[in-house]
Amino acid sequence: MDIFLVEAIINGILLGGVLALLALGLNLIFGVIDVVWIAYADIVMCGMYVIYFLYTQYDVPLLLACLAGIAGMAVFGVAVHLLIIAPVLNSAPINQLLSTGGLLFFLQSFATLLFGTDFRNIGVRLPVVEIASIYISFARLIAFAFGLIGAVALYLFLKRTYIGTAIRAVAQDRDIVGLVGIDQRRIYLATSAIGGALAGLAACLLVLQYDVHPFIGNTFGPVIFMICVLGGLGNMIGGFVASFIISQIIAIGGYYSSTELSYVLAFTLFIILMFVRPRGLFAR
Amino acid sequence: MLSLSAVCAGYGSFQVLFGVSLDVPRGQAVGVIGPNGAGKTTLMRVISGLVPIRSGTVTLDGEPIDGLPAHRIVEQGIAHVPEHRRLFPRLSVEENLRIGAFIPRARRGFARQLDRVYGLFPRLKERRQQPAGTLSGGEQQMCAIGRALMSDPKLLLLDEPSAGLAPLVVSQVFELIRRIRGEGLTVLIVEQNVQQVLEVVDRAYLLEVGAVRLAGTADELKGNPFIRRSYMGL
Repeated sequence: MDIFLVEAIINGILLGGVLALLALGLNLIFGVIDVVWIAYADIVMCGMYVIYFLYTQYDVPLLLACLAGIAGMAVFGVAVHLLIIAPVLNSAPINQLLSTGGLLFFLQSFATLLFGTDFRNIGVRLPVVEIASIYISFARLIAFAFGLIGAVALYLFLKRTYIGTAIRAVAQDRDIVGLVGIDQRRIYLATSAIGGALAGLAACLLVLQYDVHPFIGNTFGPVIFMICVLGGLGNMIGGFVASFIISQIIAIGGYYSSTELSYVLAFTLFIILMFVRPRGLFAR
Repeated sequence: MLSLSAVCAGYGSFQVLFGVSLDVPRGQAVGVIGPNGAGKTTLMRVISGLVPIRSGTVTLDGEPIDGLPAHRIVEQGIAHVPEHRRLFPRLSVEENLRIGAFIPRARRGFARQLDRVYGLFPRLKERRQQPAGTLSGGEQQMCAIGRALMSDPKLLLLDEPSAGLAPLVVSQVFELIRRIRGEGLTVLIVEQNVQQVLEVVDRAYLLEVGAVRLAGTADELKGNPFIRRSYMGL
């Protein structure tokens, strides 16, 4: 097989790791709170700026800056819930979409106002690894590895802890969780914090590969939504699998044509699949 | 132990309960019977804090509990087995039981409670890894009662425990309720199955269109001609 095709496939798998992380976060929030965070990719953007400024302007060690980015976005997630979601929690879904959609424009405009539209790079050059004459970027390997670690950690948290079990319980029958002593509002806050932290982790992994600018969220946002819908909104395993399907389409399509066309291909296939399986590939 | 006084409640502009007063003495089993739409389920939801009251009072051991959110009422020692069981279908049986012990007090005694529930329902132990949604109706009812017992309650609320179950299974469920009572737990039970519920309770209330129409000991109600004619088909 063509060595460049193999490289494209491997890069597709590596890209899938980060996308899977973001899809997990979005699905978790949708499944538990029943709200779609349209601005999810823009929270990643905020995390990238936090890491960028801490590392380049304030000389904070990169690892520490990343941890601050994760913690900061967890707090940001809680703030998003308290200030934007909670007031519209019981109103029509369209109002919730408009609220989080409004947050998207707010964050992008605010970032433009504060930082301008410059493309900023943290300037960390990670080596390129050569394995059997296939070149793989180390930054992508790290991103993939931590994407999977994040996914496994989330799985264990949801499976093994009281709070994690309570989060799954809320996703399955939110109206009666009070009867077993669960405070729904606290579970919503915990879920928002986890969703924010996952966006922060994704920011750490993406800031190593991409320049930060106010509209970086637009690069990932639509793809993540496509993945979540394809996997079935709220279905975490479906979203995880769909991440790798979409990332392969983008990678292999990009190999045969161009990156732009590969996105066209991915979205076209998505539209067709939505006609065949409107509730997602893995609908229950 | 539990006392309701002149409770009015409803949903939006739709009032369901009109001044309901009711007492559940410690250690007793009390039944609430009545036709569909009489407000029996609303009554249970009022006690456990899922539906707010508009007027009146609900007290547990003399302390007012109306106005508390549902999760705080569990901490006060009231466990509610809701209508249609409402298990978390994709959590395993044991996870459902674990979540039943969510409140801190119950979490500390988790192992002991789990032994007690598995002792009462050996069937649940056999199926502990199975998703609760795949259990049979009777097993789901056991799991729902088990989940409620995991919070180590003083008072157990049972809403239509026999609904949707085969006659043989219904008898088993009532047998279990008798055993739970035997352990000294106070029980408030809502049932359509008047004949069988009057066999397990000490006292009962007849609720009609949101108000108490009759109250008395189980034997009094069993002998009441109106109850016999309208609710027991005799």
